[in-house]
Amino acid sequence: MIKIRKRLADTGFGVLALVVFAVAAFPVYWMVSTSFLPNNRIRGENLAFFPTPDVFTLDNYRTAMFNARAPFPPAVLNSISVTFLTLVIALVVGFVAALALTRFQFKGRRTFIVLILVVQMIPGEAMIISMYRIIDGWQLLNTIIGLTLVYAAGVLPFTIWTLRGFVNGVPKELEEAAMIDGCSPAGAFWRVTFPLLAPGLVATGVFAFIQAWNEFVTALVIMQRPDAMTLTLWLRTFLQATQATNWGAVMAGSVLIAIPAVVFFLIVQGRMTGGLVSGAVKG
Amino acid sequence: MSSTLLDPPAPPRQLIRQKRRRSYLPWLLLSATMVILGVMTGYPVVRLLVMSFQEYERAQLMGVPAEWVGFDNYAAVLTDVEGFWTVFARSFALMIVLVVITMVLGMLVALLMIRVGKRMRLLMSVGLLLAWAMPTLAATTVWGWVFDTQYGVVNNLLTAITGDRWFGYSWLINPLSFFVILTCIVVWGAVPFVAFTLYAGLTQVPEEVMEAAQLDGASAFQRFRLIQVPYVRGIITVLVVLSMIWDLKVFTQVFVLQDIGGDRELTNTIGVYIYQTGMAQGHYGMASAIGVIFVVVMLTIAYPYVRRTLREDEQ
Repeated sequence: MIKIRKRLADTGFGVLALVVFAVAAFPVYWMVSTSFLPNNRIRGENLAFFPTPDVFTLDNYRTAMFNARAPFPPAVLNSISVTFLTLVIALVVGFVAALALTRFQFKGRRTFIVLILVVQMIPGEAMIISMYRIIDGWQLLNTIIGLTLVYAAGVLPFTIWTLRGFVNGVPKELEEAAMIDGCSPAGAFWRVTFPLLAPGLVATGVFAFIQAWNEFVTALVIMQRPDAMTLTLWLRTFLQATQATNWGAVMAGSVLIAIPAVVFFLIVQGRMTGGLVSGAVKG
Repeated sequence: MSSTLLDPPAPPRQLIRQKRRRSYLPWLLLSATMVILGVMTGYPVVRLLVMSFQEYERAQLMGVPAEWVGFDNYAAVLTDVEGFWTVFARSFALMIVLVVITMVLGMLVALLMIRVGKRMRLLMSVGLLLAWAMPTLAATTVWGWVFDTQYGVVNNLLTAITGDRWFGYSWLINPLSFFVILTCIVVWGAVPFVAFTLYAGLTQVPEEVMEAAQLDGASAFQRFRLIQVPYVRGIITVLVVLSMIWDLKVFTQVFVLQDIGGDRELTNTIGVYIYQTGMAQGHYGMASAIGVIFVVVMLTIAYPYVRRTLREDEQ
């Protein structure tokens, strides 16, 4: 009797797990599926739930890339440039700052750490007005440099905070041992600690990448010219049409934007929850 | 490490040099950060404050000098019941609903992940990771398509199930169903992080404790309330504060849903309202005042989180 009840419960929970999977994955599936369907199977009362070979088409991707209201190639180029520059600046600047905050004791260190934390809590949405005026004042509206500067400042505090955790994870004793063996402090750092930090640098870099790649609000304010748009703004132009939205093209565009973000995210997701848990259990 | 034990190092001299160097070297390493944050965060904050005390409209963009108006912008904002206070109350109500649903669903999913076998857990993780990884904008467009007026899958299925014609029913034009869809988008994207974090925390609860309680006759709910929840209380606090911050800031989802077909007036949240007041209508001074108020509110909410993080950091 008890065995039967347990098996019933197991089955019930198994079904629930399936439901969770289905609800979580369905929108992603629907995006991909729609992007490969011809318009007559998207707009119509007999809906296609799967792009079978007889209806499968790449037309939506062609439309998205060549017939959009804002041109696709410059948007890709803008997104890649801004994301790449942001990543490099955040990593280099954030890394040396993390070093200063972990390997040195100095007056003002603690204040700096507090500042890094507080700055992260300032909502970018509140700053768009003054950001717009400042970037305009520097004649940097619609430029890669202008947007990169905003993004770099945006991701830097998080980068410093995360890298600091990674540097702290490498025991200082390792470096000291190397110094006793005759290494200079800098040499000990470069030969011993730095190689151990590579995974941390990769993970932090990926997060900076994803944030810059997906950003919308700031780009909306300072990159208004069609040829200056990033991919997120480019996708938005599909939705402003006065005529009916071309959902096939919108889904194709969404897939194009999502692929790099999802791939990179899956690479580093394991590191997302770890930090919060290790410190917070039994708090 | 080129040297061997045979050539003796000279620690004294090195240490002295190091000590002297220490006073300025860390600041040298921090200088780039200070320049970037000073120019791109500090200065915009100051500029926002300054503009919030000025008359700053379209004319000032053209070069008309901005006049100081004291607290006029703040007075205008804080007495604007139909504009500012409505948006403010709407954002807060929405935030509370979003946080509660996200936390409850996140906890249920985490408990389910503990309860089911390895294969089912893997399947759940795959689905949740996909939802988590989706860029906000792409997630919004997909949900917009799912609920599309003309050909959306929801209207299609409702027609098939109920027999009535749902084609042409607009979900976004009615503010209430607009916010239901918005809630779907935000919760769908936010639950994975909450669930994974809670799951990681719950796996730290020692099995013996749970078994002992079961032998003592504690029901599943009692075990949850008296053992599991206290164990992850710290995590819950952090998750609630972070969710509050993220949900109060929600911008992309609202803005893009409005593009697809919502009534902007009736669905603005604080971030979008700042954009509308400043960028769309050209009231830069007033938008700055709202921005300043928004920053203050956010820092107040974040205060316990910042303090907690610092305390943990010291240990």
